[in-house]
Amino acid sequence: MIIQLKNPSAAKVAHWQRKWRELLRQSSLTLAGLTLFVLCWATLASQLQTSLGQFPGPGAVAGQLRALVAEHQAEQAREQAFYQRQQQRLAQQPEAVARPYHGRPTFFSQIQTSLQTVLSGFLLASLIAIPAGVLIGLSPLCYSALNPLIQLLKPVSPLAWLPLITIVVSASYPADGLLSRSYLVSALTVALCSLWPTLINTIVGVSQVPADLQNVSKVLRLNWYRHIRAIVLPSAVPMMFTGLRLSLGIAWMVLIAAEMLAQNPGLGKFVWDEFQNGSSDSLARICVAVAVIGLIGLLLDRLMLSLQQALSWDKSVQLR
Amino acid sequence: MQKHLELSQVGISFPTSKGPFVALQNVNLSIKKGEIISLIGHSGCGKSTVLNIIAGLLKATEGGVILNHKEVNEPGPERAVVFQHHSLLPWLSVYQNVELAVRQVFAGKMHKAQMQDWIEHNLALVQMSHARDKKPAEISGGMKQRVGIARALAMQPQVLLMDEPFGALDALTRAHLQDSVQQIQAELGNTVIMITHDVDEAVLLSDRIVMMTNGPAATVGEILSIDLPRPRDRLALADCPKYNHYRHQVLSFLYEKQRKVEPLPLGGAKSASDNKALPPQGVRA
Repeated sequence: MIIQLKNPSAAKVAHWQRKWRELLRQSSLTLAGLTLFVLCWATLASQLQTSLGQFPGPGAVAGQLRALVAEHQAEQAREQAFYQRQQQRLAQQPEAVARPYHGRPTFFSQIQTSLQTVLSGFLLASLIAIPAGVLIGLSPLCYSALNPLIQLLKPVSPLAWLPLITIVVSASYPADGLLSRSYLVSALTVALCSLWPTLINTIVGVSQVPADLQNVSKVLRLNWYRHIRAIVLPSAVPMMFTGLRLSLGIAWMVLIAAEMLAQNPGLGKFVWDEFQNGSSDSLARICVAVAVIGLIGLLLDRLMLSLQQALSWDKSVQLR
Repeated sequence: MQKHLELSQVGISFPTSKGPFVALQNVNLSIKKGEIISLIGHSGCGKSTVLNIIAGLLKATEGGVILNHKEVNEPGPERAVVFQHHSLLPWLSVYQNVELAVRQVFAGKMHKAQMQDWIEHNLALVQMSHARDKKPAEISGGMKQRVGIARALAMQPQVLLMDEPFGALDALTRAHLQDSVQQIQAELGNTVIMITHDVDEAVLLSDRIVMMTNGPAATVGEILSIDLPRPRDRLALADCPKYNHYRHQVLSFLYEKQRKVEPLPLGGAKSASDNKALPPQGVRA
């Protein structure tokens, strides 16, 4: 049977209506879940007394978020004023030395530090894991030799690596180097803990090229290089991206722990300092940090997913 | 006609934990240039193994294959394969899939523009020019199979090997592609070896049908020459007594002489033992 539509624009309208309804349904359900959570949180928090006073409810946390924003703005204003003063001074006496501003890191500058640290650690991990994975996946010899080692190192906790990395960095890197030691320690710990999913998924992707495609390559007599370029690497791309996405998730989790212990001025240090500080606002500030950590983790995952959808030929990847 | 493709005493056995398993034995076949040969037989009888040995993807443990006075011992584009499941690279477009083959086979022999024309020509041959920039995931199964055929033809093979090329397609698409293959083969004169499960397909397309006995140790049972004028028209042939006679001969080979031993749950044990008693020599009569 042929269904005839009166005009094509009607079909378009129907399509958008359907989409709109779907969006509305999804967002209202999300909102409902969130509301339920906030309600539970508020009730439970009001009944929980701690050594630092009452456990913060949603209101207190929102208040601290505003306070953190205000602190950040105040700090920025101070920085601006500093540079203004400096400019005036330099105009009056040109022989004076220009100095950079050294203010207290605010919550938002700590977020920035955390993001920089996690991305450099993740990038380093990917730069190691992808080529190594391709090599190991291609050579059964390498695989047999290295797979037990990989399986052994993979489950090691970042907290176990951290002391070793700290000692090695302080032994081999000057304290007044371009990058701070705490930054290096954090980034290296992130790299070391997050490279495994990418490595393992790349190995699997490279070593499991479908037999049919390998036969195509054989019939065409592709040489080694063309075989890798045209068949092996593209067919491993979806698996590589799966690995990268897992790695980025792990990198972000590891980072917070690493920053706490390495005292890298990021979100981990923020949480730790507030915990040590123990003021009546500390718990609410930690709650803000927890929410921000979660939100950034979510955004990083989405970012990786859109990268995957843009770059991978396999468009069937779904949000999970 | 000169000797073109020759299989002599081909056999293959695979090592298992219970000793070697002989899959094929004493396969002898001589194929002329431009012939269309169908391999038919029950599943598991080693048809694909024969094809893979000719393709060079499997190595015969006994005997060998000679193509134009040269022994076959590795895969190569002069024996192009159309795989059962199309085997297109999913990350390349239709055009790029054919291009990969053309660039590999004609590197140094064709200019860029010539290659382009040649790819377009082969896509036109299978009527896929309209989808040249689509990815395999965006086209139907029949279209994918056509692109697979275009890719194989674009290698300008001496022998075109097709492993159940239309097996996964619906009847209408299959008929359409069978006609295309007939037409293209008449135009290009390739030697074609095709595996099929479909008796009608075998009779319609082949010059000779090679019927294989059941495994293990499968071999060529009978060879049936199909002496029907070309081009063959499926509608006209449906009432042709000769066509039906050939069809009947293939069917009787498959369902009488080589009845597959598949005991049914009810009272199957008896018939199974009956079948086993049948000596393989009796089969070849």
